[in-house]
Amino acid sequence: MELQNISNTCTSIDISRSSSLAQENLSKPQRIRNKSVDLGDNLLYSEDPRVIYINDPRRTNDKYEFTGNEIRTSKYTLVTFLPKNLFIQFHRVAYLYFLAIAALNQLPPLAVFGRTVSLFPLLFVLCVTAIKDGYEDWRRHRSDRNENNREALVLQAGEFQMKKWKRIRAGDVVKIHADETIPCDMVLFGTSDPSGLAYIQTMNLDGESNLKTRYARLETASSIFEGCNVSGLIRCEQPNRNIYEFTANMEFNGHRFPLSQSNIVLRGCQLKNTDWIIGVVVYAGQETKAMLNSAISPSKRSKLESYMNRETLWLSVFLLVMCSVVAVGMGLWLHRHKDELDTLPYYRKTYLRNGKENGKTYRYYGIPMETFFSFLSSIIVFQIMIPISLYITMELVRLGQSYFMIEDKHMYCSNSGSRFQCRSLNINEDLGQIRYVFSDKTGTLTENKMEFRKASVYGKDYRSSNLRDDVLQDDDIRAVSSRWKLKSEISVDSELMDLLHKDMAGDERIAAHLFFLTLAACNTVIPIVSKDASSGHVRSDSWGEVKAIDYQGESPDEQALVSAASAYGYTLHERTSGHIVIYVNGDKLRLDVLGLHEFDSVRKRMSVVTRFPDNTTKVLVKGADTAMFSILARETEKDDQIRQVTHSHLTDYSSEGLRTLVVAAKDLTDAELEQWQCQYEDASTSLIDRAAKLRQTAALVECNLNLLGATAIEDKLQDGVPEAIEALRQAGIKVWVLTGDKQETAISIGLSCKLLTADMLQIIINGNSEEECRNLLTDAKTRHGVQPASRKNENSKRSNNPENGYLEIPDEAKSSNVLQPRSGKEEPDVCAPLALIIDGNSLVYILEKDLESDLFDIATSCKVVLCCRVAPLQKAGIVDLIKSHTDDMTLAIGDGANDVSMIQMADVGVGICGQEGRQAVMASDFAIGQFRFLKRLLLVHGHWNYQRVGYLVLYNFYRNAVFVLMLFWYILCTAFSTTSALTDWSSVFYSVIYTSVPTIVVGILDKDLSDKTLLKYPKLYGVGHRHVAYNLQLFWITMIDTLWQSLVLFYIPLFTYKESSIDIWSMGSLWTIAVVILVNIHLAMDIQRWVFITHAAVWGSIIITYVCMVVLDSIPIFPNYWTIYHVAKSPTYWLTILLIIIAALLPRFLFKAIHQNFWPSDIQIAREVEILRKVT
Amino acid sequence: MSSNTPSSSAGGVGSADSSAPRRNSKRPKYSKFTQQELPACKPILTPRWVISAFILVSIVFIPIGVVSLFASQDVVEIIDRYETECVPQDFRNNKVSFIQSDANKTCTRRLTVTKRMKQPIYVYYQLDNFYQNHRRYVKSRSDSQLKDNSSWNDVSSCKPEDDSNGQPIVPCGLIAWSLFNDTYNFSLNNQQLAVNKTEISWKSDRDSKFGNDVFPRNFQNGTLIGGKSLDPTVPLSEQEDLIVWMRTAALPTFRKLYGKIERDLQPNEVIHVTLENNYNTYSFNGKKKLVLSTTSWLGGKNDFLGIAYLTVGGLCFFLALSFTVVYLVKPRRLGDPSYLSWNRNPGGQ
Repeated sequence: MELQNISNTCTSIDISRSSSLAQENLSKPQRIRNKSVDLGDNLLYSEDPRVIYINDPRRTNDKYEFTGNEIRTSKYTLVTFLPKNLFIQFHRVAYLYFLAIAALNQLPPLAVFGRTVSLFPLLFVLCVTAIKDGYEDWRRHRSDRNENNREALVLQAGEFQMKKWKRIRAGDVVKIHADETIPCDMVLFGTSDPSGLAYIQTMNLDGESNLKTRYARLETASSIFEGCNVSGLIRCEQPNRNIYEFTANMEFNGHRFPLSQSNIVLRGCQLKNTDWIIGVVVYAGQETKAMLNSAISPSKRSKLESYMNRETLWLSVFLLVMCSVVAVGMGLWLHRHKDELDTLPYYRKTYLRNGKENGKTYRYYGIPMETFFSFLSSIIVFQIMIPISLYITMELVRLGQSYFMIEDKHMYCSNSGSRFQCRSLNINEDLGQIRYVFSDKTGTLTENKMEFRKASVYGKDYRSSNLRDDVLQDDDIRAVSSRWKLKSEISVDSELMDLLHKDMAGDERIAAHLFFLTLAACNTVIPIVSKDASSGHVRSDSWGEVKAIDYQGESPDEQALVSAASAYGYTLHERTSGHIVIYVNGDKLRLDVLGLHEFDSVRKRMSVVTRFPDNTTKVLVKGADTAMFSILARETEKDDQIRQVTHSHLTDYSSEGLRTLVVAAKDLTDAELEQWQCQYEDASTSLIDRAAKLRQTAALVECNLNLLGATAIEDKLQDGVPEAIEALRQAGIKVWVLTGDKQETAISIGLSCKLLTADMLQIIINGNSEEECRNLLTDAKTRHGVQPASRKNENSKRSNNPENGYLEIPDEAKSSNVLQPRSGKEEPDVCAPLALIIDGNSLVYILEKDLESDLFDIATSCKVVLCCRVAPLQKAGIVDLIKSHTDDMTLAIGDGANDVSMIQMADVGVGICGQEGRQAVMASDFAIGQFRFLKRLLLVHGHWNYQRVGYLVLYNFYRNAVFVLMLFWYILCTAFSTTSALTDWSSVFYSVIYTSVPTIVVGILDKDLSDKTLLKYPKLYGVGHRHVAYNLQLFWITMIDTLWQSLVLFYIPLFTYKESSIDIWSMGSLWTIAVVILVNIHLAMDIQRWVFITHAAVWGSIIITYVCMVVLDSIPIFPNYWTIYHVAKSPTYWLTILLIIIAALLPRFLFKAIHQNFWPSDIQIAREVEILRKVT
Repeated sequence: MSSNTPSSSAGGVGSADSSAPRRNSKRPKYSKFTQQELPACKPILTPRWVISAFILVSIVFIPIGVVSLFASQDVVEIIDRYETECVPQDFRNNKVSFIQSDANKTCTRRLTVTKRMKQPIYVYYQLDNFYQNHRRYVKSRSDSQLKDNSSWNDVSSCKPEDDSNGQPIVPCGLIAWSLFNDTYNFSLNNQQLAVNKTEISWKSDRDSKFGNDVFPRNFQNGTLIGGKSLDPTVPLSEQEDLIVWMRTAALPTFRKLYGKIERDLQPNEVIHVTLENNYNTYSFNGKKKLVLSTTSWLGGKNDFLGIAYLTVGGLCFFLALSFTVVYLVKPRRLGDPSYLSWNRNPGGQ
């Protein structure tokens, strides 16, 4: 309470000073404060704060145009839908291409297709997308409406009345009851708890299910009970999306005090365990942090798609060549016949008649223009050579693929109830080509469920291994008046327990006492006390009132420590902003909290300044060992000794893979306390740079500490992690672990998850200067014969030379052969797998300097790379190192906010929905529940998606090219006049209706191998590394095949109907049917798994084509009327189709048969194993 | 704090209850479809399958080839190219001026029947180098005008042959304008050989595409006569030459049906053809041929299908044989994991 008083007086003086500037006050602390407040005010005004008048929304909103609380996640309204949707759709290149082609076709000299027909593909795609968008938007509208029409209690005319959410405005005072959702971002004004405490659940916001505490300022909390007529002023920063920070101050009843993140409740949170709260709306509607955060993660583009674009360029070249041939041919033809053009009955360039138009030319603009027009009109005819629709097809296919990934029951995490999430729809196939996996450790490889294992107190190591029996424990319990039941059982070290039950005497005993007090007090854990609901224990009956305590906290480490302290009899029972209640062996101990320096990544420690009941003031600190040893007192010999012993204990702990923390404390003198208090007040009320100021303040007390001991917490490995890592390694994926832990911890975790094995040679790089790092790197390079990347390439180019010791194994060429064994496999000891362990400090030197490539050389020649003590940005730096030096695909997996940069940097980012909130998931492309699902995600789904999309792209190239080439050959027979034998509608329907569905179905459903086989032979993943499913060579083979098929398609009917009376529409109908059947049978030949949907799609397409033809030929106004009925009666028609199909596919079939039988690929063999040897 | 306890525990229980079904609903529902485990047929190209496929193709193709070849051989065709011979010797150097002149263009040809021809014998004319599939030509027609009398002035697509003397032409367009106008008269042993010129066009065209209330109007009235004139008293649905001509050919060399001779012709019979050589193919060096042909179930005389079927069938038979031989000589154990690349090449690791 004293703290509050002090702060009150301080602020009141500030206010008085600012109101009467002339007043001089020369007391020393006052001046310091004034200075900082002035500074803060200046900045505050310059940065244009948002001013909220409490309970005066009219005045608040008069001055500034703040948004109301109505939210709109929908994009369109009924009026704006059409223009806006079209505008958004035309942002895509594909649609612009369609539009350009359609526009070209509207020019009279170019009108190849009828006007409506040429617009059809564009309209079709636009309509489909518009319907999809419209439906989605309608659903958003509906949920918006529900959300906006919810009601909340708002202070109106002196009493709380219901008001719809959308009518709430900034400045309103809102009352929320327990379990209600908070309608907008509000500054807490008062709560049902007299100390102004409120619990909220932020599940909707960041996915964390534990309760968080928020405080109302005591000044306002007390006034709430006095009356409802409140007024005041809040100045806060402009709306931003940072949900972890809030800076503002409030003027209330003449006082002025700071507001921080702990005083604000955000929209979307739920009120829990608190009867009601009253708050002032500061941000409403779209300006709430929740709404500002609902943006989508940046989109990535898949590698295969970029290769595809390269081949699309080739197709454009083909297109231009074909159009040029047609144009040049047209020009030459016109030139040769230029004198006859009027008499040619099929050309007739002029009007010859008795009328005013006599002698004028009809659609003839001279040879050069005609050539040019012929070029343009052939672009229109050949437009689908560029498979623009492929992009839309791929989107649909990926959507289907993600559906199956999401539905996969093997990737459902039953512990957390989280299923696979596909947040990015562009990079499914990249999952099949990953070469590097960068993994975070905590929460990714491990469960992030901490257990207190060991402690070193005052230089003595206590291990929980010598557990006490239950009987003994019961005896202890008798001594305690009431027992607190914890959710998790913690094993207790008997020796340490005995020590704690001795009398308060001796340094060791006092240190132990303080040690556990620190564990219980120095944290941000909130105890939630409840009557034991599950009284299943027999014991509980005999002990009457048994209470259960649930510790809710943001850090699992802290929860573990508090639970441990409780197990040793130091039970944290109550925490408010002002005090902490701890039951020490049943006796209540109340500590006043004077100030709290929260953990931050710079200091790497946390401290709390408390006043004990005996009026002494202590600062209790815990933190990472590196951050702690430098600020310990070094006065007595005993200190030094303890420090050394503790240090050795820490080394032991971390080598066992435990997470360590050092605990220290010291008494504060009154002078120190006063100085700290003033500065603390200053820092915590400042609006600008508060964090840095608080850090400086913390340094005042965080020095010369007395070492109490150290703790060791075990972070258990997740299920199946070693197996997953082993499988990924076999698959040729390099797993790099990037962790913030110490080197020893990292190595031991590496060993326990089978990342490191005993036979590996470890290269450890932990230099403290640039020079040292350089030496370590060069040393490692020479010792292990690592070659620089440039020379490595040269070597592999002339690797035909057997002396060189290289084996051309494509999938390994890039990685393991970097090592230069003098004579290949004869010297296996040289080939001993290497492991690189590097720490964050060295990385700082290496990544900034020219040593980068050296590191890359070494790192790529190592089987395993462990980076320890790395900062979040360094993680991204390492990913960038690999990305910039190779073409290999990288995947980053992590669960915490510190992995976000890495996840966004990597080609594929995977988030783990774990304990540490949802930032990683929000930034990721895919989110999984546990690390082991990565194995299935990559080896099974990655492989499938890669194979499917690879084939899909090639097939689409083929499908469109074979059609275009067929048209091209025909145009050569029509005096280059871009006539199509096919009807306009058939040309347009070809890629939209006749052949599109099977490709999509196959792209979603086809499976070359079952998941069991893929998991059994992880090395099959190598096909993705070798670009087996899609590469330039395959593209050219496909194109040659396409050429052959188009020639067969064109020439067989040509020869069959040579010198016959066949008309153009019968021929066109034959070609339409033939090409549709051909491409569908071609697809059917390559389908690896026929399910009924595939059958329906493939054969259905052919049937639909026939149906369409029949319908089109039944409309008398078309010149092609009745064609299909006529030709279908002739046996020649059917025989021609049969011949076309067989002759066109024969080379492909032969090639496939020979290849599969004499040079079988790994996939083929695995497929044979799977299908033919099911029994064995 | 104690006052809070009951509510908190109640809240806790409540939230646990409400969360339980939600979690369950999040769990993917297991079905064979969602797990991609639908019953499926997984074809695999074993040598047995490959060989059977080849044999099947050759079994189907070779007989078809033989039958089609026989059918084609059965067809008797008499082709007579006349465009040069029917121009008087003096005009051979300037055929265009001859054809455009008013000179008598009657010409007599003798055709000798080589083999017995069974009725019906189809009479075709064959044009060459005539791009009936040219885009300007194909589009130059008005289907609505042909079909319906009421849209007789719908000639927008017919330019430059849309109107004459300010009046719409029926039938308009280049196709109708360039209607073929050579005529043939056949006589056998000085007896007129009747040529049936009805039902030479598609029935569907006569019934639905060319209206029986549409009469030629203002046709071939321009300065340049393209071809045959039509009798303005006969509706279009009965102008069968026009209907045949309007079904434009797919290729620059094409035949069009002229009529049918409905009697058998014996070998060595000589047919005299009196033809009017009116049509101008000389401006584009087009050939003109008169064709008399019988027909088989496969159509006209064309060996291509038969030969192609035989070739493909034979090739497949050969492939089946070679696959069998290779399979017997050097079999590979199917599905042997030791063939996997990493098992074959352990040093490659």
